[in-house]
Amino acid sequence: MSKYLKSAALLAILALGSGPVAAEKLGLGRAALPEEIAAWDMDVHPDGTGLPVGAGDAIDGEEIFAEQCAVCHGDFAEGIGNWPKLAGGQDTLDRDDPLKTVGSYWPYLSTTFDYVRRSMPYGNAGTLTDDEVYAIVAYILYSNDLIDDDFVLSNETFLDVGMPNADGFFIDNRAETEYSQWSGEPCMENCKDEVKVTMRAMVLDVTPQEETSAPAQDAVAEEAVEAAFDVELAAEGEKVFRKCKACHQVGDGAKNRVGPTLNGIVGHAAGAVDGFKYSKPLQEVADDGLVWTDDELKAFLAKPKEYLKGTKMSFAGLRKEEDQAAVIEYLKSFGQ
Amino acid sequence: MSDNNKGNGASRRSFLRGAAAAGAGAFAAGAARAETPDPLITQVQPWAQGFGDGVDETPYGLPIRFEGDVIRRNVEWLTADTISSINFTPIHALDGTITPQGCAFERHHSGAIELKKEDYRLMINGLVDTPLVFSYADLERFPRENHVYFCECAANTGMEWAGAQLNGAQFTHGMIHNMEYTGVPLRTLLEEAGLDTAGDLKDKWVFVEGADASSNGRSIPMEKALDDVLVAFKANGEALRKEHGYPVRLVVPGWEGNMWIKWIRRIEVTDTPVESREETSKYTDTMEDGTSRKWTWAMDAKSVVTSPSPQAPITHGTGPLVITGLAWSGRGAITRVDVSRDGGKTWETARLAKPGEKMALTRFYLDTDWDGSEMMLQSRAMDDTGYVQPTKTQLREVRGLNSIYHNNCIQTWLVRSNGEAENVEVS
Repeated sequence: MSKYLKSAALLAILALGSGPVAAEKLGLGRAALPEEIAAWDMDVHPDGTGLPVGAGDAIDGEEIFAEQCAVCHGDFAEGIGNWPKLAGGQDTLDRDDPLKTVGSYWPYLSTTFDYVRRSMPYGNAGTLTDDEVYAIVAYILYSNDLIDDDFVLSNETFLDVGMPNADGFFIDNRAETEYSQWSGEPCMENCKDEVKVTMRAMVLDVTPQEETSAPAQDAVAEEAVEAAFDVELAAEGEKVFRKCKACHQVGDGAKNRVGPTLNGIVGHAAGAVDGFKYSKPLQEVADDGLVWTDDELKAFLAKPKEYLKGTKMSFAGLRKEEDQAAVIEYLKSFGQ
Repeated sequence: MSDNNKGNGASRRSFLRGAAAAGAGAFAAGAARAETPDPLITQVQPWAQGFGDGVDETPYGLPIRFEGDVIRRNVEWLTADTISSINFTPIHALDGTITPQGCAFERHHSGAIELKKEDYRLMINGLVDTPLVFSYADLERFPRENHVYFCECAANTGMEWAGAQLNGAQFTHGMIHNMEYTGVPLRTLLEEAGLDTAGDLKDKWVFVEGADASSNGRSIPMEKALDDVLVAFKANGEALRKEHGYPVRLVVPGWEGNMWIKWIRRIEVTDTPVESREETSKYTDTMEDGTSRKWTWAMDAKSVVTSPSPQAPITHGTGPLVITGLAWSGRGAITRVDVSRDGGKTWETARLAKPGEKMALTRFYLDTDWDGSEMMLQSRAMDDTGYVQPTKTQLREVRGLNSIYHNNCIQTWLVRSNGEAENVEVS
């Protein structure tokens, strides 16, 4: 920061900045209320500024993590598929393809707390209590061998935790290491003796192809005659389902995530997916015998929170009837 | 519309195949002399006989269906899902410098949200005299400015650190767009809240965050905040698109796209940076020894030939050829672009369509004559700080192979004698 801010230009700007300000106020906007600031101002700084009062340990954290986080990050914070790995990777930063996790890379613990509270769980952000956030952060630390399981992480013990890569960062030094050597009049002629191709993208073959959708559409039309449902509509539904994908999985290997798997859901009894913890209101209507017919699903998808007060599904709803129909058609393509 | 993709897909495919099969010889006939009269001229065509669409056929127009392949594309294996992901601007098919909003790349951390103007609130708090809340309507009552700026993701070209990987300018360089923004200087809003409380502004920061579920937040030094940052609500004359932060986003000229907070809801004046996830665990550049650079906000000068390129092969054979591309610098204006056809042995200076503007895309052209021989096409940008765009080798000497971000190396396209192009690395 200091280097960056020492420039004369800055001083000039700042001098302009603080001078004639007051006179130019337009009186627009209104004063923010303390409750409003408290609701939004949640950032936590490296020195602990902004931490709420609370506590949690890795034992509590393990349970919450398994329920809220493991579907993407794995039971041991090891990460599933392309989802972020949160543990491991220490001593890999100077190797090819370093593994950057909370334990191996993140310099400040405050970042983990801030991020979990702000952005997680994915698809259901902002629903954790402060104690739950402390517990989850404790479990991530425990998974990285940075605390023992009896360590209680709280606003008071927060700064006791040492982060392995705390000293692993330095402030942008491009001005010294790069700008000075990459400037001036460049070479225009005879700049190299010979030029050889050393690597080719086509060898890797990882570029997405520009697929023609035409043949696919033809194939779809043929299938539609055989199958008893509207495949074109289902194809539309696949697009609509992108809105659902963050929380619901379908197809082979589908697992419960923030929401239950949806294989075979159309025409099936509500609240019946194994291993998913439904909200109380949903469990009640399921016990009363609700079946997810096309019409019931449409009504639910149109306005989830009106259809079922207290549902865990934090989705705003599909306003368009054609979207509701399409996504239901798409779901029909997945059997039990 | 149903034959939209069919037409495009088929033409592109057969066209590439044809180009490959025919080789350069077939093109060589070049200078055209018609053998038989062209029926497109001698016969009355349907479009010259009947009516086209009436007005109001498309109350808000989209590109004609023949351009249906000029769209954003993503690379599925890059990310776990499309909700927290990125796609790429089809820069290979665009010209000029302004990116149409509809094909400007998207980067979301928890999806593109729908936020009505009526539901929009912007809070300014922290070390200010009076914490304030603005509505959207309030923002439109402040004096506003217009500026053209590029927005480049710090990860643009990031897949190319370790070698030539993706075969197309859209995929190697398409995490960029360039729009004319209308908005209120952040400085104006900060001054409305009052900065006396903040005291000495030299070591102060603003923390900015979005209203979406990811609530992406970044710390910006006060110097930049008071210099040229805009709180923008229009792009290219119309409202921002949902995917670009409707109704209001932050514009941080020349600095990495992640700082351009979309759906911006809060600006907090602080005395330390938050060191949020996106400024520690991400968007930091790891060196060969395992230490990492942080606060690498400015996007250094960079350029790429957009045509010919792998997705835009030469199809007209030998003779006149327009080589074109884009150049930009986050630290100033582009002053010169050189083009090499032999992989960097010799360079010639390209023509800038217009003088470079600060922190905006610059279009360059090299109007030339192609003899059908193989080319290793490169471009090299220079900006008004005197900086010269480096080679990949130069970058690797300083940073190693694991930096991911801020790869502004010189790009090479191998253009074969049949006009096809490939992403390669050269010695």
